[in-house]
Amino acid sequence: MLALSRWKVILVLASAIFGLVFTLPNLLPDQALQAMPSWLPHDRLSLGLDLRGGSYLLMEVDTNALNQERLTNLTEDVRTKLRVAQINFSNLALQGQVVQVQITDPAQYDQAYKLLASQIGGALTGGGRDTTVRQTPGQTIQIAYVPQAAKDAAEDAVTRSIEIIRKRIDALGAVNPSITRQGANRIVIEAPGEGDPERLKAVIGKTAKLTFQLVDTTLSPDDLKAGRIPPDDEILPSDDHIQEFYVLKRRAMVDGGMLTNATSSHDENSQPDIAFAFNGLGAQRFAEATSENVGKPFAIVIDNRVISAPNIRGPIPGGSGEITGSFTEESAHDLALVLKTGALPAPLNMIEQHTVGAELGADAVKAGQISVLIGAALIFVFIILAYGLFGGFAAVALVVNGLMIVGTMSLFHFTLTLPGVAGLVLTLAVAVDANVLIYERMRDEVRSGRPAMAAADAGFSRALTTIIDANVTTVVAAVIMFNLGAGPVKGFALTLLVGVLTSVFTAVLITQVLIGWWFRAFRSKKLPIA
Amino acid sequence: MWPLIKLLPTKTHVPFVSLSRLFATLSILAVIATGVGVFYPGVNLGIDFKGGTVLEFNTGAKTADLARVREAVSGLHLGDVQVQRFGADNDAVVRFQTPTGAEPGAVAVNVKTAIAKALGQVTFSRTDVVGPEVSGELEVSGVAALLTAVGLMLIYIWFRFELQFGLGAVVALFHDLILSFGLILLLRLEFSLNLIAALLTIIGYSMNDTVVVFDRLRENRRKYKRMPLRELIDLSVNETLTRTVITGLTALLALSGLAIFGGESLRPLSIVLLFGIVIGTYSSIYVASPIILLWGVRRDDEPAKPIGPQPASLVSRP
Repeated sequence: MLALSRWKVILVLASAIFGLVFTLPNLLPDQALQAMPSWLPHDRLSLGLDLRGGSYLLMEVDTNALNQERLTNLTEDVRTKLRVAQINFSNLALQGQVVQVQITDPAQYDQAYKLLASQIGGALTGGGRDTTVRQTPGQTIQIAYVPQAAKDAAEDAVTRSIEIIRKRIDALGAVNPSITRQGANRIVIEAPGEGDPERLKAVIGKTAKLTFQLVDTTLSPDDLKAGRIPPDDEILPSDDHIQEFYVLKRRAMVDGGMLTNATSSHDENSQPDIAFAFNGLGAQRFAEATSENVGKPFAIVIDNRVISAPNIRGPIPGGSGEITGSFTEESAHDLALVLKTGALPAPLNMIEQHTVGAELGADAVKAGQISVLIGAALIFVFIILAYGLFGGFAAVALVVNGLMIVGTMSLFHFTLTLPGVAGLVLTLAVAVDANVLIYERMRDEVRSGRPAMAAADAGFSRALTTIIDANVTTVVAAVIMFNLGAGPVKGFALTLLVGVLTSVFTAVLITQVLIGWWFRAFRSKKLPIA
Repeated sequence: MWPLIKLLPTKTHVPFVSLSRLFATLSILAVIATGVGVFYPGVNLGIDFKGGTVLEFNTGAKTADLARVREAVSGLHLGDVQVQRFGADNDAVVRFQTPTGAEPGAVAVNVKTAIAKALGQVTFSRTDVVGPEVSGELEVSGVAALLTAVGLMLIYIWFRFELQFGLGAVVALFHDLILSFGLILLLRLEFSLNLIAALLTIIGYSMNDTVVVFDRLRENRRKYKRMPLRELIDLSVNETLTRTVITGLTALLALSGLAIFGGESLRPLSIVLLFGIVIGTYSSIYVASPIILLWGVRRDDEPAKPIGPQPASLVSRP
């Protein structure tokens, strides 16, 4: 006897209502959705970037560059500390991951060691200092970062990068961007909608390290040609169309960390430029540096390229000024934006990009809808032709199944991707399999002499293990797929997974209730499929 | 005669097992052909696995002048750049690999700028850039995913049935994977992450089909204790034949809709899935079951014999 316990009926009705209610927002036009009472769900399927258009960017924080920069800073730090303490030294250099210095005067060796051991580097988050200082033969001292320090620095750099990227994307006006960390040093940025992906990339990826450095004008052209430059000078390429490169003092007068504001503006010739303002400390330093160096040129350097190198006409006390250069309106705007949001702690490299135009996405949605509808229609026609009334029951179960899949995905904000659409079609097709297994089992049972009702009952109970066995395999494949790779494939796996779970439920339970009702209503002594 | 299911014979007696030698030969030949195909013509790896850039663009009302695009891009020294029409006259696609050492994103921007300069009004409808480290990782994780899937299937079947069933199923899975891969080679489909997803789905489906046959086999073994294994297999496959045909046809119908109307980017996925359903069904009958038969012979310490007429006593299992 097909046991139609009350809970089965309730479960079936509840699932159908659930599916319908949560699918409804996807079927209604915008206006109708707005007009719906607020206690009904309003969430639609969230579409993947391949369906709605948008950009997926995978950025990697360049921890090698970060490490190299920290070591260079450490070297400069050692130089300054020893100079200030008036300790004579030579051969200060970076050797691999270790800074090495030789102290000239044996009498100062111990003093130098104590100074460096207590003042170089900083505190580690977990306690202790982040550097080790060792005395080595030949009156040399070696300074290195402890391994944990590099990890901490990388960790900190990724966290800060995410914050800065978020500010920059918000300032660009992207709608609903998602910025997530992936693994140790990667950041995934998903920005849906239109907009120029290349501009987004440029704004996100710009390190925007700003420094004001004095130009070293004391060098003779001969020295320059022979590459003889003092150790505290550096040569940087230039974008100012006046000189190809400049020799600059390494030590920055002021840097971008002291900026409070930067906006795009226009100079006296109406050319786009960038107006900036320093904080108190920055303003003070800038005033000092400019008053000490009147008449000399200084360079405005962004990411190790000279933007312009104007002469200091007089002291600049107010802590504000303008950066002129060969800007367009857009480049001035974007540069001001990145300067204002602050420099990235380390360079960001883009290692993967997927951008789909909104129009292409819309085409894909259309194609997806058509193929799902056609696929479903073919399944309906075929299953009804094959199994008649019982095929119709299976088709009803399939409709509820479709509603439950779409409803579940809408409710939990699972993302539907283009391959996910394929997953949906496949799921609907495979869902029928459970019904086919049940019906074929019923026919077997009738053939072996059971009465119709008992055969129907046995069909359900005996096909169940097979159905579960067969579907576990799909679940396993889907779970593995979900853990593999990027968005679209994940979407496929997710749709498949949700689909398998709902389809076992609907194909077994809904058809069972429908067939039970049918037996009750018509008291048939014969199975229509046997 | 409606429903149509009544038209199908209720009891079939197809001698599947005795045909298995022929099909085993065909399968082995197909597997060898795939092996050859890996070297010639070789795998058409997409950017997911070899890195590089794919740009799709649309030229609006004008026809895309591919010669001008080629000329513009050739100045950038990128090595082999493929420029092809893509669907309509005003759609084209450009593929290239990032030169070693270059920054992939920057190269892509340069190419876009060059194309825009050469053609005037263009809209880039798709930009895919995959850097070398990402493609390397995807290659590893793609293969790892397939192997994990096969491994887990083996464990599941072993757990639910017996080891020889599991081995039969896994040989069938490898058979399906290899032949589906053969189809990808044959059609010169671009091997992408989507196709790995397709292969994983095929593993699931093929397994599903095998499990149904095995389930019936296990049941019949209990029911007919004295029946020789080869007859048991024939009986079980025949009994599940209607289900195999109907489920297979449903899946084929639904997916053919996808292949025809699903658009360019889903076509490779749907074609491979369509093939996988056919091959998965075939392998349940002609690969998984005969392996059990072979294994059954070995179990009794007899020399392994090719499938053929055998004494009944060798194959009965309690």
